[in-house]
Amino acid sequence: MTKASDSHKPANRLWNFFASVKLSVAILLSIAVTSIIGTVVPQNGAPEAYVEKYGKFLYNFFNTLDILDLYHSWWFQGLLFLLIINIVVCSINRLSSTWKIIFPKKPIFNMNQFKKSANREEWTQSHTVEEAKNLYVPYISKRFSFSRVDETDAGFKIFAEKGRWTRLGVYVVHFSILCLLTGSLIGSFFGFDGYVNIPVGKSADHVTLKNKGVNHPLGFAIRCDDFKLRFYDTGMPKEFRSTLTIIKNNKIIKQKDIIVNDPLRYDGVNMFQASYGKMPADRFTVILADVRSGIKYKKGGAIRRPIELPDKSGYLIFEQYRQNFRFNGRNIGEVLIGGLIPKTGEQKHIIIPLDSPGFDRMRNGRFVISVSNFGFKYYTGLQVTRDPGVPLVYAGFLLMIIGCYITFFMFHQKVCVELTSKGGKTGGKTQITVSGISGKSKTSMKTIVKRLARNLKRIQSV
Amino acid sequence: MTSSHLLSITTFVYGFAAVMYVFSWIFKKSMPGKTAVVVTFAAVFGNLAGIGLRWTESYKMGIGHAPLSNLYESLIFFALVIAILHLFIHFKYKLRMIDVVASPIPFLVMAYASLNVNNAIEPLMPALQSNWLIAHVMTCFIGYSAFAIAFGISVMFLVKSSTDGGKPGITGRIPDLATLDDLTHRMVTFGFLFLSIGIITGSVWANQAWGRYWGWDPKETWSLITWLIYATLLHARMMRGWQGKRIAWLSCIGFMAVIFTYFGVNLLPGLHSYQ
Ligand code: HEM
Repeated sequence: MTKASDSHKPANRLWNFFASVKLSVAILLSIAVTSIIGTVVPQNGAPEAYVEKYGKFLYNFFNTLDILDLYHSWWFQGLLFLLIINIVVCSINRLSSTWKIIFPKKPIFNMNQFKKSANREEWTQSHTVEEAKNLYVPYISKRFSFSRVDETDAGFKIFAEKGRWTRLGVYVVHFSILCLLTGSLIGSFFGFDGYVNIPVGKSADHVTLKNKGVNHPLGFAIRCDDFKLRFYDTGMPKEFRSTLTIIKNNKIIKQKDIIVNDPLRYDGVNMFQASYGKMPADRFTVILADVRSGIKYKKGGAIRRPIELPDKSGYLIFEQYRQNFRFNGRNIGEVLIGGLIPKTGEQKHIIIPLDSPGFDRMRNGRFVISVSNFGFKYYTGLQVTRDPGVPLVYAGFLLMIIGCYITFFMFHQKVCVELTSKGGKTGGKTQITVSGISGKSKTSMKTIVKRLARNLKRIQSV
Repeated sequence: MTSSHLLSITTFVYGFAAVMYVFSWIFKKSMPGKTAVVVTFAAVFGNLAGIGLRWTESYKMGIGHAPLSNLYESLIFFALVIAILHLFIHFKYKLRMIDVVASPIPFLVMAYASLNVNNAIEPLMPALQSNWLIAHVMTCFIGYSAFAIAFGISVMFLVKSSTDGGKPGITGRIPDLATLDDLTHRMVTFGFLFLSIGIITGSVWANQAWGRYWGWDPKETWSLITWLIYATLLHARMMRGWQGKRIAWLSCIGFMAVIFTYFGVNLLPGLHSYQ
């Protein structure tokens, strides 16, 4: 592709720049180092939290450099893009020059390389060269993918090789990286990642997208029929189980219990058990204790439904339920928040904790308000995702494992078994030299040559 | 006997073997070295039995699961894999010096686990109830073990290359640099394959449990950083001037990243903090 003579042309210079391993080392290290920043500075937090932790100046600085959402920043994605270019250019470059080496019409055996090789075994035995050849050739041709016999002045040379194709292993690894990065790109363009909370008995036909916070319609409805929590004896949660039903056009399509690690999949959409929570049930009892008379009035209550006060003196309304409420810096647990609307006079904000019935005494009103029989129901928190890139990513995973295995543990091996006659071609002994070369693993080649020599010696004794 | 008793005893057996290897190396005697191999086999057997016993104990408690679910259990497994890998290298390369750097690691790991780590058998929280847990933890720790041994060899390399090579002193007994370099590379490639499988099984598992195969949580990111450092090492070998010493340094840096992925990440916020 590029010859030394025209390497000064700008286009070729650029090509060589992108083909260099130096660049890939630089990119890989840059990705590693910048990734560290993202684990030290928390990602995607609230602006106020950052200002509180780092101060205004650093917050603005981080924001300008996209450090608060580092892995999706233009420059981090740019590094990944550079990695892709680097891999593609490098692979084209090498493959175009080594393709002929990897797939030659006829393998070439260079005797000088074998002569230089330190991996050799030598011995002498009592067969003639002809006999030795006839003994060894079938054995060798069975164990190597290619073998050839050359006649020499003093005997024969048997050349054999296998594993030439394993030189493609690194290309498989590099290709797998392309699959992974493309797959993740497809996922981020054509997929979504959202969540939805569904109370037991209710259904939802859209989810909230995680990164954008907007609603995303599903095209079907998920109904939560049941949610069950189980605990170990130690009090640790053992199982979160939601019974879900998929409904489309008023028809039940699918029904399944999901637990963590066992999601429901439908139409390319996956529903995962992600969280759960308690919601106030519809009804509860409100107790109004008249401070002066000591009379306790009990009334049925519900969120956002006005309750008439005794003597028609006004209304009480509960607006919302909160699970962990902080009052004067202390967590007072579950509360109902609402308002007291007297016939005459000012409207009052009220907070009624579920656990301490005397709390409202503090307000010094005519009634001390408390709540009992407060029932709960669960809602299930689902993570709902769609990722059409997953098959490609998984293919990349598989290719990476296969490619790494081929690259690290298999290699191209060539051997030469030289049969030299000692004392004429037809008579006497034969000196046998086994030598081997390999593109990569010198130590393994030594073992292979040793083993081959041992096996060849064994054949003669049979 | 309970599994923790058995594992405590195993810790001492590992320690005993390490001491004998050092003895054999310093005094150039082969006898203690040979005994040490037998002792190491005994320790490996004890370690394996301890893990098996712990497994059955968890079933007796009614919360049965493979003992690979918390820091203590992972350390015990880590020690086992390092010891097996060490025995493998011992028989393949027959280098006494490797015994000296590799054999103390299981001892130190086990000692740390028994002294500093909560060893109660605990039930599995819902996210961990998956067969991917076993595949993920095992492959990651096989990878880490290979990197640990590569680290030991690299340190040896740096010691030897910084002092004058061929001297008859202590460093004179270190194998030659080319052998060390080759061994480091082998251990790193072995570790790289298993770390890759470890990250991949973790991703598949995360996709099964949370609906995303990659979420940039600190533990995931640190495993990627580790992987990238070793990928850099594999490529740097192809650059001129980047053999030997620099590769040994990269191998040390890579192992620091392994340690941080393992322990340090718990200092950062994230999903994996239970491990
Ligand atoms: C995350 C990204 C990458 C991974 C995981 C990766 C992985 C590998 C592996 C495992 C090897 C085999 C090393 C060995 O035999 O010891 C290799 C070799 C190689 N890689 Fe990469 N690589 C990556 C990126 C790149 C890039 C961006 C380039 C661009 C130049 C590149 C160029 C090469 C070359 C030239 C070889 C040597 C091939 C040979 O021996 O013929 N790699 N790579």
